[in-house]
Amino acid sequence: MRRLSWLVLVFAAFVFFFAAGDLPAVGDPDSPPNTHVSPRYIEASYKETGALNTVTGVLADYRGYDTLGETVVIFTAGIASLLILGWMSTKEEENHP
Amino acid sequence: MKPPFGSIILDAAFRLMIPFILLFAVYVLVHGHYSPGGGFQAGVLFAVSVILVRLVHGRDAAWGVSRKGAVILACLGTFIFGGIGLLTVIFGGNVLDYGALPLGPHEAEVRAMGTLGIEIGVTIAVMGVILTIFYAMIGKED
Repeated sequence: MRRLSWLVLVFAAFVFFFAAGDLPAVGDPDSPPNTHVSPRYIEASYKETGALNTVTGVLADYRGYDTLGETVVIFTAGIASLLILGWMSTKEEENHP
Repeated sequence: MKPPFGSIILDAAFRLMIPFILLFAVYVLVHGHYSPGGGFQAGVLFAVSVILVRLVHGRDAAWGVSRKGAVILACLGTFIFGGIGLLTVIFGGNVLDYGALPLGPHEAEVRAMGTLGIEIGVTIAVMGVILTIFYAMIGKED
């Protein structure tokens, strides 16, 4: 079992290093992330969203649905920790020891 | 949280710090439109001030948010965010397309108001969730 996990680990490392060679260089102006939507955001975000801060424009306006999802994820995390670590009432525990 | 670890130094220091933390939280929230910051960070700052009061003064803190209140805040914040998304649909836009809200003639202004609205929702939600986790971790002694 231990040998098998090492085998899987080495295989995964090999795949990752093999794939890393095809990644675009850091700061490459011709890479897909820098040519697809970024120029549009930088040029038009002030006109389209009215936000001077491009990050806010993207986060709250272009990707508002994504931010809604983030909020729901955090909310779910809070509720889950509440359910795991203990609910607020102590009376129920006295009734059901 | 049975014994609050209060001392004169701690008491004086946190009395001095709380107003500035709250003011900075409001600044981070309101100014998020123009500078780095926004709802998530402001919510953490609000929660930190409440947790600090709770840590120093223990159970008999002068102000704060109760256990139930923390859960209600978490639900309320998420509800505000989703509600604004629903309002934009009701007023004939896409989901979270703030331009559809009937708040004034200037579209940029309306969009800024919509952004501020969802940031307030995020702030309340994050504050409530952090306080919920805090109260869940300190046990149920009160």
